[in-house]
Amino acid sequence: MQLYQKSAHELRDLLLHKEVSSKDIVKAYLDRIKTVDEKVQAYVTLCEEGALKQAEEVDAKRVAGEELGALAGIPMALKDNICTEGVKTTCASKMLHNFVPPYSATVAKKLSKAGTILLGKLNMDEFAMGSSTENSYVQKTKNPWNLERVPGGSSGGSAAAVAADEAVFTLGSDTGGSIRQPAHCCGVVGMKPTYGAVSRFGLVAFASSLDQIGPLTKDVEDMALVMNEIIGHDPYDSTSAPVGYPDYTKDLYRGVKGMKVALPQEYFGKGINPDVQAIVMAAAKKLESMGAILEEVSLPMTQYALPAYYLISSAEASSNLARYDGVKYGLRAEQYRDLLDLYKQTRDEGFGTEVKRRIMLGTYALSSGYYDAYYKKAQQVRTLIKNEFENVFGTYDLILTPTAPTTAFKIGEKTDNPLEMYMHDICTVPINIAGLPALSMPGGFDQTGLPVGVQFVAKALGEEKILQAAFALEQELQIKSQRPLL
Amino acid sequence: MFHPDYEIVIGLEVHCELKTKSKIYCGCTTEFGGEPNTHCCPICTGMPGTLPVINEKVVEYAIRAGLATDCQIAAFSKQDRKNYFYPDLPKAYQISQYDLPICYEGKVDIEVNGENKTIRLTRIHIEEDAGKLLHEAGEGTLADYNRCGVPLIEIVSEPDMRSQEEARAFLEKLRSILMFVDVSDCKMNEGSLRCDVNLSVRKKGQKEYGVRAEIKNMNSFSFAVKAMEYEAKRQIKVLEEGGKIIQETRRWDQDKGVTVSMRSKEEAHDYRYFPDPDLMPIVTSKERVDQIKASLPELPDSRKVRYMEQYGLSSYDATMFLISPRMANFFEVAAENSANPKTVANWIMGEIFRLLNEEEKEAAVIPFEPEMLSKLVNLIEKGAISNSVGKKVFEEMWNTGTDPEKIVEEKGYKQVSDEGQLTQIAEQVLANNPKIVEDYRSGKEKAFQSLVGQMMKATKGQANPKVVTDLLVKILSE
Repeated sequence: MQLYQKSAHELRDLLLHKEVSSKDIVKAYLDRIKTVDEKVQAYVTLCEEGALKQAEEVDAKRVAGEELGALAGIPMALKDNICTEGVKTTCASKMLHNFVPPYSATVAKKLSKAGTILLGKLNMDEFAMGSSTENSYVQKTKNPWNLERVPGGSSGGSAAAVAADEAVFTLGSDTGGSIRQPAHCCGVVGMKPTYGAVSRFGLVAFASSLDQIGPLTKDVEDMALVMNEIIGHDPYDSTSAPVGYPDYTKDLYRGVKGMKVALPQEYFGKGINPDVQAIVMAAAKKLESMGAILEEVSLPMTQYALPAYYLISSAEASSNLARYDGVKYGLRAEQYRDLLDLYKQTRDEGFGTEVKRRIMLGTYALSSGYYDAYYKKAQQVRTLIKNEFENVFGTYDLILTPTAPTTAFKIGEKTDNPLEMYMHDICTVPINIAGLPALSMPGGFDQTGLPVGVQFVAKALGEEKILQAAFALEQELQIKSQRPLL
Repeated sequence: MFHPDYEIVIGLEVHCELKTKSKIYCGCTTEFGGEPNTHCCPICTGMPGTLPVINEKVVEYAIRAGLATDCQIAAFSKQDRKNYFYPDLPKAYQISQYDLPICYEGKVDIEVNGENKTIRLTRIHIEEDAGKLLHEAGEGTLADYNRCGVPLIEIVSEPDMRSQEEARAFLEKLRSILMFVDVSDCKMNEGSLRCDVNLSVRKKGQKEYGVRAEIKNMNSFSFAVKAMEYEAKRQIKVLEEGGKIIQETRRWDQDKGVTVSMRSKEEAHDYRYFPDPDLMPIVTSKERVDQIKASLPELPDSRKVRYMEQYGLSSYDATMFLISPRMANFFEVAAENSANPKTVANWIMGEIFRLLNEEEKEAAVIPFEPEMLSKLVNLIEKGAISNSVGKKVFEEMWNTGTDPEKIVEEKGYKQVSDEGQLTQIAEQVLANNPKIVEDYRSGKEKAFQSLVGQMMKATKGQANPKVVTDLLVKILSE
C-alpha cells in the first residue's frame, strides 16, 4: 500500500511512531498529484513550496518534542471558495480569477492549528452553483472512476481529489448537496454538518442560510477526526451555534443496536435508479441485521423542497454576489462608458451562464410585488419541511435515503438542461432547507462499476449518531479498500 | 410669506451617527477623519467570505434614543438587506431594518413661538453608513471606506410639521435629546447628523396630503430651512399655475439656492429588501429595556422645567442652555456655585453667547471653568466689585482664563466701601466742585448724579455706588 492511499488515522499513527515524516507524506502526495491530476483536474492551485515548508516545520517540531495538533503533518486541500490568506481563492470564476484574500477562513485557521498541511485549492462549480463541476471557469474535473463522467458538484474537485488519493482529506461546501452528491459520485465519505456547527466565516457566500462547510474523507473514522477539528462556535459568525460539541471519535464504535432508522417513501421509487435503490435497500437490510430497527415513514412536503430551495438560494445569491461589481477586487471590464456600464460589462464578462441564471431568478423573486408570492412563500414552505423532519426525529434516530437519484452522469449530458441537473439534488436539498446534518458514504457500486452513496440524516447537532451508524455500516460492507484505477 | 390659502406638510428622516467606539459589524474604529481607507478591515469593505456580527452597543444606543423619545421598544426586531449598486457601498447592499425596526411609535415635544406641539415618531432603526466618494480633478473618483460600517440610527417622523420653523425646532430638540442621552455627538460639520425632508403642500382645510417631494441629505439646519422655504414656494407656484406636483427625489443646490430634481418615482430603486441571513434577530427583554431606562440621564424637557422653576429662567433662556449637555452643565455648575443663578444666566446669555458662534455654543468652548463665572457673579453680588468692573474682569477671564478673584486682587479692582476712606474723597470732590454743589442745593437733581460720577472717577470706578450715594446724601444734607 502506498503512503498516499492511507487514511488520516493511519498516517497519524505512522507519524506518532516516527515511521514516516510529514515531508515523506507530502512528497508522496505531490508526486501522486503530478501523476494523476492531469487526468482528474481536481486542483486549480497547487501550493507545492508552502506544503513542503509546512511539512518541514511540523517535522522539526515533532523532533523537538513540541506539542502538536491532532492532525499534525497530514496534507489536505480546500475547495476554492474557502478563503486562504495569500493563496488565490477564485470560486472557479473569471470574476475572482485574481483574488488573493487578505485573511483566512476560520476553518482554514482551525486546520492550520491542528497541524494540517495545505496542498492546494480545488475545483468547483462557479460560486458553488451546479451539480457536476462543469460550471467551473477554470477546467472540467473528471470522475476518477470513469474519466468520461462528472465528479458531481459543486465540490467536485474536493470529492475527486480524495477518490484519486490526491489529498488525505478535503473540505467542501454544501448548500443543496454540494458535498454529499459528489461524495456519492466519487465513492468517498462526505458530510454536511448541522447549519451553524461549522463557521462560515471566510466561506465565499452562495446562499447564506443554507451554506455549510464540511469534510470529504476516505473513511468514516477520518470524518470523525476532521469534524473534531473544524466544528465549534465562532464569534465571527452570528449564525454559528454557541453550544458544546462532543468528541466524535470517542463513541464511534458503539454500533447501531436499538437505533431507530426511518426510510421515507418519498426518497424511493419514482425517479430513483433501480441500482441505486437496490444498494440503499441492501444497506438498510445490513443495518437491520446489525440490530437497528427500520421503518418506513412519509415526508409529504419533500416535493416542495426543490422549488423552495431554488427560490431561497437564488434570492440570497443575487444579493451575495452583488458585490462583484468591478469596483474593489476581482475582474474589472477594460472597456466601459460610465459607472452603470462598468457594472454591466464586468458582470457580463465575469459570471458564467449558470450564475447569471441564478442571479436573475433571485432578483426576480425578491422584486417588489413578487416577494410575497415567491420568497416569502418559499420561507413558509421551509418552516413546514423543518417541522416535518422534527416530527420524524421525535420517534427516529436517523433517516436513511439515497444521496442522489443516479450515479455520476456523463460530462455534457445535462449541461443543456438545467432542470434535469437540478433534479440530481432532489435527495440532498431538503436536508439543507431544514438545516440538518447528513452524511453520504459509499454503499456499493452499480453494474457499470460506478459508486453509489447512501445518505444518513439526523436531527440538528445529531452528527454523533450519524457517524456511529456510518462507521458500523462501513465495517460491515468492507468496500472502502476499493480504489479507482488511474 | 407663503400663499395664505396653502398649508405646508413636513416629515423628516434624520440620520444620526452613533458614538460607539467601534463600527456596527466589525472592530474598526469609528473615529472621524484619518487617512483614506485606514479605518477599514475585510469585513467593513465587504471582502468575499466575511460576515457581520452586531455590535451590542449599537443596539443599546438605539434603545436609549428610543426611550428618550417615548418610543416602544421591539421585543423582536430583525436586520434586512437593502440592495443597490453604488461604489461607496462595498457589499452592494446596506444592512438596515425594514419592517421590524428596533423602536417605534415615539414622540418629540417642541415649542414654536410660545406654542407647544407634539411631533410623532414613526420609528427608529439601526443601519450601517456607507463610504465616501471623492471626485478629484484629474484623478477621477476615489473611494474612502473609512465611514463604511459606522453605526447610524434613522429616526423617521410622521408628517406632523406645518412650517419650516416647526421642522427646525424639531431638529434642534431631537439633536439636544440625542446629545443628552449620549448616543451621538451630532456634529453636523462632520456629517454625524443629516436629514431628508419630505414636503408637500395642500389647500388649507383639505384632508388628504398633497404629492410630496423628498429633499435628500441636508447636513445643516439652516440649509434645510432654506430648502423647505424654496420647495414650498415652488410647489405652491406649480399648483397655482394649474400644474401637478410629481412624486420625486430632489436635492438642495446651496450655491443657486434651489432644489433640483434627482429622480422621479418611476426611476426609484427597487431595494429588494429581505432579512439578512447572516444575522440573527435582535431579541430584547423587558428587563434589558428597564435597565437601559434606569441608566438614562435627566432629559432636556425635564431640565427645562427645572431651570425655569429652580433658577427662574425664561423658557427661551432655558432652551438656549439646553443646546448641548456641555453648555447645560456649564450653566448648572456656575449656577450651583453662585448666590444668584439668574445673574449667572444673564452673563451667559449676554457676554458668553455674544462671543461664541453657533458651533462653539454647542460645544461650550468657554476658556474658563464654570466655577469662575460663579465667583465673578458672587464678587458683584456681595459688592466687592461693581458691575462695570465686573465686565472688565470678565474680559480678562475670557482672554487669559485667569481666576476672577486673582484678577481683582492683582489689578486692585476691589470696590471701596469703607465709609471713612470714601468720606475723605467725598470732601475733596465737594471742595473741588463748588458749582455743582450749588446747583444741587438749588434743586437740580442732575447735579447729584454728576457728583456721584466725580466720586467714581476719583476712585477709578472702584467705589461702591450705593455707599457713595448714601454718603453724599448724608454730607450734603449736613
